[in-house]
Amino acid sequence: MSPRLRLWLVCAAGSGLAALLVAACLDLPGFGGDRHPYGDRAVDASLARRTANTVASVNFDQRAFDTLGEMSILFAAVLGCVVLLRQTRDEHRARPEPAHVDRPVRRYTLLVLPVALLTGLYVIAHGQLSPGGGFQGGVVAATSLHLLYVGADYRALERVRPIGVYEVGDALSASAYVVTGCAGVLAGTAFLANTLLPYGTFNTLSSGGTVPLLNAAIGMEVACAVVVLLARFLDQAVEIEEVRSL
Amino acid sequence: MADALIAVALLLVAVSATVAVVTRDPVRQALVLAVLGIVLAVLFTVLQAPDVGLSQLAVGSALTPLLLLLTVRKVRRRAQDRDGGR
Repeated sequence: MSPRLRLWLVCAAGSGLAALLVAACLDLPGFGGDRHPYGDRAVDASLARRTANTVASVNFDQRAFDTLGEMSILFAAVLGCVVLLRQTRDEHRARPEPAHVDRPVRRYTLLVLPVALLTGLYVIAHGQLSPGGGFQGGVVAATSLHLLYVGADYRALERVRPIGVYEVGDALSASAYVVTGCAGVLAGTAFLANTLLPYGTFNTLSSGGTVPLLNAAIGMEVACAVVVLLARFLDQAVEIEEVRSL
Repeated sequence: MADALIAVALLLVAVSATVAVVTRDPVRQALVLAVLGIVLAVLFTVLQAPDVGLSQLAVGSALTPLLLLLTVRKVRRRAQDRDGGR
């Protein structure tokens, strides 16, 4: 394909996309209005299933299948990173030297770490009630562990983070999501349909049927995936070295 | 009042995003991206989307800059190794 033809193709496709986007924007409801056809229906459906956080209801009940897709994307991305960033034959591991950390930094991180971890777990646990959920809380919990790398050193982090356990946890929680979905089929309704469990009392931790279960599965999956991902990057940045060819 | 807040947040996002594009040094760019993540989280919260704001805060201002910094460290270390080995 000649550069000229390619330019034409880009211009044609770009203007087509722009036209479609403008046409779509013209049909949007007004900015900042308090009525929205989809929003009203989503809130109705989530209240009918006694899920206080409508976003959680959309993610784990009304559009639970989309969330399965997103989870698979994260899983595949982390798997790809693990394969790409593995230790190759011409590389070796060098134990990193214990690093010197200033005392205020150390004190601050050791103070913040438990708070951040607890915040992450809280956000996961209350995903069906308040803003947040498995994804957000999982990332917070996973990154909070890495404060240990800032406040102490890499070896301290490695001690609290047996990477194999997190890899298994990642796979287990991803399959837990699918298994919960299949349970719906076995119970006689449909894949990932929220008809399996009683809906419970509105605005309590156990309300919303399968929403808290799927939310917890996503929380564990994301936390494990982020830990594994960061571990591979840290390995490359800190430990793995190229063997110098003589 | 709410409109003014939205305007300020949008302005901050535009400014920090422009700074992120203009900055050429990857380490500084990672820090600017962290700031952009926080400002975007504020914008989403002002627009009443706290769920998205939380994701943006966790991923945009913590995870992405961290991955960038680690990558920079690896690339620089490799370059140092090469120079030292010669």
